[in-house]
Amino acid sequence: MVKAEHRPYLLLTPALLSLALLLIAPIIFIFVYSFWLRAANGQDIPAFQFGNWQSVLGDSFYWTGLRETFFMSALTTIACMVVGYPTALFLARCRFGNKALLLFLLFLPFWISYIIRTFAWINVLGKSGFVNSALMWLGVISDPLKLLYNDFSVVMGLVYFQLPYMIINVYVSLDGIDRNLESAARTLGCTPWQTFREVTLPLSLPGLGAGSLLCFVLAAGSFVTPRLLGGTDTLFFSQLIYEAVIGQLDWPTGSVLSLMLLVSLALIVAVYNRFMSLSDIYRSFAK
Amino acid sequence: MSAGSRLDRPSLGWNGLRLLTLLVYIFMFAPIIVVVLLAFNSARTGSFPMEGFSLQWFGKLFENDSIIDAFQTSLVLAASSSLLATALGVMAAIALIRYSFKGKAIINNLLSLPLLMPEVVLGVALLMFLKFLHQPRSFLLLLLGHTVLSLPYVVLVVQARLVGLRQHYEEAAMSLGANRFQTFVDVTLPLISPAIVGGFLFAATLSFDNITATLFWKKPGIETVPTKIFAMLRTSISPEINALGAVMIVITILLPLIGGYVVRRLSRGR
Repeated sequence: MVKAEHRPYLLLTPALLSLALLLIAPIIFIFVYSFWLRAANGQDIPAFQFGNWQSVLGDSFYWTGLRETFFMSALTTIACMVVGYPTALFLARCRFGNKALLLFLLFLPFWISYIIRTFAWINVLGKSGFVNSALMWLGVISDPLKLLYNDFSVVMGLVYFQLPYMIINVYVSLDGIDRNLESAARTLGCTPWQTFREVTLPLSLPGLGAGSLLCFVLAAGSFVTPRLLGGTDTLFFSQLIYEAVIGQLDWPTGSVLSLMLLVSLALIVAVYNRFMSLSDIYRSFAK
Repeated sequence: MSAGSRLDRPSLGWNGLRLLTLLVYIFMFAPIIVVVLLAFNSARTGSFPMEGFSLQWFGKLFENDSIIDAFQTSLVLAASSSLLATALGVMAAIALIRYSFKGKAIINNLLSLPLLMPEVVLGVALLMFLKFLHQPRSFLLLLLGHTVLSLPYVVLVVQARLVGLRQHYEEAAMSLGANRFQTFVDVTLPLISPAIVGGFLFAATLSFDNITATLFWKKPGIETVPTKIFAMLRTSISPEINALGAVMIVITILLPLIGGYVVRRLSRGR
């Protein structure tokens, strides 16, 4: 018979073991591999040297890639905030009888295959896609607009994918606000706008923060969306990694690039942690 | 004070919110509707204008062996990886909900680690690690990889469902003379079965849907449905892809509906 205090560890062992073997060991492995020496014949020799790191970190091309990736992810996040927050506010505050149905509908596309939701945008934005066909039929334009295979369509596809994440995070946060606080603010003479700015918005910041972090991190790591919807000049970091590992079979460079993305995203999460503790102060203020 | 005072509902601002929400819902559904519409278009180009109604692309789909193969691979992979992930995840979730022990917070964080990790990095790291161990890309790699990808979600989903469950029933069974095994099979298992089914369906959907990591892990020549679509998109967008998309949309919309129904039935039977 297993001792009671050992039981939780026993239950956790299979899950932790598989994470250790399939996730943590591989990450440690690419860290070690990033120091290996790539010989002239393409063989990688175990070594401890900084050549791979130097050649990647010294190459402005990769930095441009990282900057572009973060720029487009930030654009995506901002678009999701601007569109998602008011939507969540409406969903949280509307008195529509079947609110559960509204939320269910919002999440329905979640279940639909990611690749289908992505290529659907080719049908919408393409040369003979929905938007161009409609506009030409209406006579607004005579030649199709170039809406697809550029940074615009990538951000569009990313927003399409991330928006429900943002909405649900903000919604949960708004839904949890004690409504008496808003009523109190109104009774004490706040205008609706003041009530929103002074009470509702600060109280929903944790949700907005969590949604934004999720949006940004998922967008910055995305691979299929920029590949399918991006143009030839779209530079997404995950594609650089794919190109190095699968295209060039250059594992040391691929390792360094992977770690570069991982570390920069981890830094952003760390910064977020600091910021969120600030908003927790906000929250304790309100209480 | 009534709930209505907060935002002065009939105001301009409130109507603006209503309009925006409507537009968001159109935005969410329009691309999907376009795919389904185009699947029935008789034109050969797979794009607008709509020329006529036709079912021929669906017929073409069922004649295409490589697509049927991809479906099979995807289904087997989703079923097996989500079984594994559910087994591991349910055990871990029970440990995290039912017991307090040292290192719980750390383990909780560790288990949700893959959630925020870019899939490309995960894909590359596992691929390189197993190649280093002289394991070729294989179905096993896909199976293990998909398991580890869906594990954190299973742990979260099952945990959320277990939180509300009280232990009185198990205590009652034990005090009435059932041993630990009997208690687990006759009391605990029926009680947590909605959580298990929920976790399993979630994992199955994640696996069936996964593309990024699968592109790294799959053996050349083996395709899952998403990677098959990805490969087909390389040439051009054909009406067949739209038909395949429409089929997948119907399946993936029905699956959660059925799953929700099963979970509700199971919880009612409690």
